[in-house]
Amino acid sequence: MSDTVTLTIDGQKVTAPADATILEAAKLVGINIPTLCYHPLLRPEGSCRVCVCKVTKARSFIPACIAKVSEGMEVFTNDPEVLESRKNIVELLLANHPKDCLACSRSGNCELQRVANNLGIRRVRYEYNRPEMEKDESNPCIVRDPAKCILCGRCVRMCAEVQGVSIYSFAYRGLNARVTPAFNLGLGEVSCTFCGQCRKVCPTGAITMKSDIGRAWQALRDPEKIVMVQTAPSVRVAISEPFGGKPGDIATGQMVSALRRLGFDRVFDTNWSADLTIMEEGHELVDRVKNGGVLPMITSCSPGWINFIELYYPDLLPHLSTAKSPQSMFGAMLKTYYAQKQGIDPSKIVSVSVMPCTAKKFEAERRELSASGFADTDIVLTTTELAQMIKEANISFFALPEDDFDPLMGVGSGAGNIFGATGGVMEAAMRTAYKVITGEDMEPVELEAVRGMEGIREAEVDFRGALKLKVAVAHGLANARKVCDMIREGNPRGWNFIEIMACPGGCVNGGGQPINLDADTPRLRIEALYRNDRNLPVRRSHDNPEIQALYRDFLGAPNSHKAHELLHTRYYEQYRSCRSK
Amino acid sequence: MLELKRLTSVDELNKLQEEARPLLGLRHYNRAANQEKYQILICGGTGCTSSGSMNIRDALQAAIDNNDLHDRVNIVVTGCHGFCELGPLVIFYPGGIFYVRVQPEDAEELIKTTVLEGKTVERLHYQGRTGKTPRHSYRDMLFYNLQKRLVLRNCGRIDPENIFEYIANGGYQGIAKALGMGREATLEEVYNSGLRGRGGAGFPTGLKWKFMAAETAEPKYMLCNADEGDPGAFMDRSVLEGDPNAVIEGMLIGAWATGATEGYVYVRAEYPLAIKRLGIALAEAEALGLIGDNILGSDFSFHLKIKQGAGAFVCGEETALMRSIEGKRGMPRVRPPFPAKRGLWEKPTVLNNVETFANVARIITDGAEAFRQDGTEKSPGTKIFAVTGKVRNTGLVEIPMGVSMRHIIFDICAGIKNENKFKAVQIGGPSGACLPASMLDNPVDYDSLTAAGAMMGSGGLVVVDEDTCMVDLARFFLTFTQAESCGKCTPCREGSKRMLEILERICGGEGRDGDIEELERLAHTMRTSSLCALGQTAPNPVLSTLRFFRSEYEAHIHDKKCPAGVCTKLLQYRIDPEKCKGCTLCARNCPVGAITGKVREPHLINPNKCIKCGTCMDKCKHGAISRV
Repeated sequence: MSDTVTLTIDGQKVTAPADATILEAAKLVGINIPTLCYHPLLRPEGSCRVCVCKVTKARSFIPACIAKVSEGMEVFTNDPEVLESRKNIVELLLANHPKDCLACSRSGNCELQRVANNLGIRRVRYEYNRPEMEKDESNPCIVRDPAKCILCGRCVRMCAEVQGVSIYSFAYRGLNARVTPAFNLGLGEVSCTFCGQCRKVCPTGAITMKSDIGRAWQALRDPEKIVMVQTAPSVRVAISEPFGGKPGDIATGQMVSALRRLGFDRVFDTNWSADLTIMEEGHELVDRVKNGGVLPMITSCSPGWINFIELYYPDLLPHLSTAKSPQSMFGAMLKTYYAQKQGIDPSKIVSVSVMPCTAKKFEAERRELSASGFADTDIVLTTTELAQMIKEANISFFALPEDDFDPLMGVGSGAGNIFGATGGVMEAAMRTAYKVITGEDMEPVELEAVRGMEGIREAEVDFRGALKLKVAVAHGLANARKVCDMIREGNPRGWNFIEIMACPGGCVNGGGQPINLDADTPRLRIEALYRNDRNLPVRRSHDNPEIQALYRDFLGAPNSHKAHELLHTRYYEQYRSCRSK
Repeated sequence: MLELKRLTSVDELNKLQEEARPLLGLRHYNRAANQEKYQILICGGTGCTSSGSMNIRDALQAAIDNNDLHDRVNIVVTGCHGFCELGPLVIFYPGGIFYVRVQPEDAEELIKTTVLEGKTVERLHYQGRTGKTPRHSYRDMLFYNLQKRLVLRNCGRIDPENIFEYIANGGYQGIAKALGMGREATLEEVYNSGLRGRGGAGFPTGLKWKFMAAETAEPKYMLCNADEGDPGAFMDRSVLEGDPNAVIEGMLIGAWATGATEGYVYVRAEYPLAIKRLGIALAEAEALGLIGDNILGSDFSFHLKIKQGAGAFVCGEETALMRSIEGKRGMPRVRPPFPAKRGLWEKPTVLNNVETFANVARIITDGAEAFRQDGTEKSPGTKIFAVTGKVRNTGLVEIPMGVSMRHIIFDICAGIKNENKFKAVQIGGPSGACLPASMLDNPVDYDSLTAAGAMMGSGGLVVVDEDTCMVDLARFFLTFTQAESCGKCTPCREGSKRMLEILERICGGEGRDGDIEELERLAHTMRTSSLCALGQTAPNPVLSTLRFFRSEYEAHIHDKKCPAGVCTKLLQYRIDPEKCKGCTLCARNCPVGAITGKVREPHLINPNKCIKCGTCMDKCKHGAISRV
């Protein structure tokens, strides 16, 4: 069989790979067939029928998102009959979609709105006739408005197939059909990990985030409070997108300026505490390897992953590194080390973080993350929320000058910077572990073997013969599940250290990031992080002068008593009303 | 003594058949003058069981006991005989003495007259269409004589809960022969027979099997669709209840021909009797080694399970059915890939319906040519129809393909009840179409029906007469399909509801100019763009009634009249003051007090109060009340 086939689409001759769909083949000749249930990161379902096309000799119309091309095929994507049908379908969807578009957080970025507008639908002939459905705000991070759901099933597929969690399912028949967690429970009552990937793929405003914008404004406007903000590595490579920038544009300087203009009293870098995480976690790993601790050790930075293991694999909790996430370490240091150094009353500090992540909102609420006597994190904003605040404040993002982070907690190494990419924590940890074990710098500084988008990646790191570590990297919770199952089975691959991130691609593709349908988005953001790493003067966490100062002036040594008290945590089995094993 | 012992060769099967043959020894029509022994066959189909046939069995047994006739008479409960209109049915063999509408209190008389006196109870015979000429035997009845009961050959003739009776009648000879022929020759025989799927679309069975035989992935699955869900259809239920082993044998032959090793019968849980009898047949077949490993001593193994469906109509769609077996929500998926390539658990799978499988054994034992003797070139064989509605003789009818609809409705089923006029026949259930009188002479086969805008469907025929409103009928079917839509694809989920809204509006007297065009527009979108056949065919009842009975729609919309007098919102009851004698009977019987008037003076109906129940018209002795 030949690798390519030739067909015509709307009269255009196309030569496409033999396994391409009509949708993909059409793109090659500049034909963009509208879609709704299709998402480039998900297996196509062909259920919304918006992409139906006429194919000569076919009995009915064919969904372009799922139908494969074949030799000599003749496709019409825009003939009057197809257009009529497509318009009818979208009109039917609009009829049963709430008409509060202007007050919807997805306005302007809503796929239904765009498809309807492109089709030129100017009237809707039917009355709204769906059963009443209440907004579900039971989840600490994610809000569902089932009335806005168009039943495309993208969240269902994302949660089941990519995340392996299967919170959502279709239920009921006919017009009563809906997407819902089991037994119609609230999203907060089921074993949701809060990863927010459902929100990332929702074409409408049916799944959105819990907004903390109001609380942030309130803190900023309170003269009694000193509001300090940290920004995660993945924010800077995505924050420009809502303003028209491209995925992977690095906008660190503008972001810092914007935060200052919004009124934040200090603007810091989570890269700094990522470096701190590496110091603690790296030393913990070396200690476990040398002193017979529980292995494989698994990273603990990703709060979606932590929820997942606490819900589904509580027996494996001893494998987790006890190191807090960079967000929490940062908050803990802010209210102790920084407060002390600057002579600020820690009770006046509002610790805000800007994160690519929805689950971080839940992490901030964890009571165990307050060893200093104060909550490590008070308010979590996502990248998307920060962009919203910048818009509300009338700030022209690209016109901003580039600014630098504030000192003491504002310098991050390249190692801390790549935390946002899958494999990044592993690579950063190896850079420092190498130094700890061999006393020398790892060369080359890049660990290519753990980079890439493969779901589970493995590498063996040779510490100059003194030690060999078998490491693995997994991203997306379905892959995390595979890794956990293998550990339960006795770790047949002999891994010593595993990095797991809940979101596919890592934090750059977190549930709180700007929504972008381009399948290349995660890759472009990851490349930007690696580019940033290459351009930074310090590329290893232990070389970060501000981290060195922290240990010298405050913590003593990595894994010291004080470090343990402030920078490490414990994990607990989580129970919700409904749990599937 | 017949034993459920594992058969390890075809010879052993043949031997068993010989041993079992006496079981059927009495079931013939030749009744000698002083017949000593009798067998009483009682219909144990769902219909007759519901009308109390099991009580009749008990009463007959008591009568046998009372008269001390144990050694002369025994009772066999069978599956459906098909003449459901006149159930419960009781047949005495030898002779095939056919009693209808039997009640328990008739038992004593039946035993005494038939067995002891050698006569028949005249009043319990079918009295023919005229009601005056009693039909004594099976063979005297046009209903049966005009049929060609090949698939139904065992239904009503054998005890479906006794595999030995099936074997005695040649059962499992098909698989025995197929094993000798080899897989390819078996496949070729079925292919050459031209058998087409009896479940709806009429896809050639042999071709479907060839697709799967060509696949290399393992295991392969052979599935039987017994999720019969069309309103008014009960062909598959009757076959499963009456001859479950025929279905099992058909699946065995299919599995042998295609290389399948695992199978499921997906049967709706609303068919408890079918499930019970299939379960018994399966257990007996397993005990005889006809299901399991090394069947009849060959290297062929096939394992079969029953999976109960939870009652979703859409699970009759093959991909949804497979998801349901997998334990997932029954929702169709886009094809291709077709199940023959990737079906149940992503493995090669063939799905055929009950009736299709019930045809297979005969194709092997008698050969493809024999099978092609009946039916038409492109639709060979016979087809079973469940005829319901306003016909005189409702029931199960098997005819060769290609006969006319008129033959089925008027010749076999004796025409329309109460001397009413035939109006239309709905064929193919909610996915099918309503065909008018002008199409009565069209042949009934796959292609002619498709050409007429209808489809064979699984074989439900609902006959309607002049008292049926076609708009209301379309509304009924749409109510069904929109409620059964799985909700996955937009055109079906949203479109069917919108079509229903318009139909409800029209029936409710709120029809607007443009509604017909709107229905056509929605129907077109659903037909062309829905994901599965449920949505694609759901508009058919509307489209066919629009095509053949458009004026009824127009009368509803523009004149606010329901010509058939069904849509209550469009009706008014009036009292003709000339004819009204003022007897007050109507006023006294009106449940809502809508009728007023003084004694011996013409009465009046208050249209605002009237709920249009029609009681007044029924009660009036002077024909003074009319519906307009």
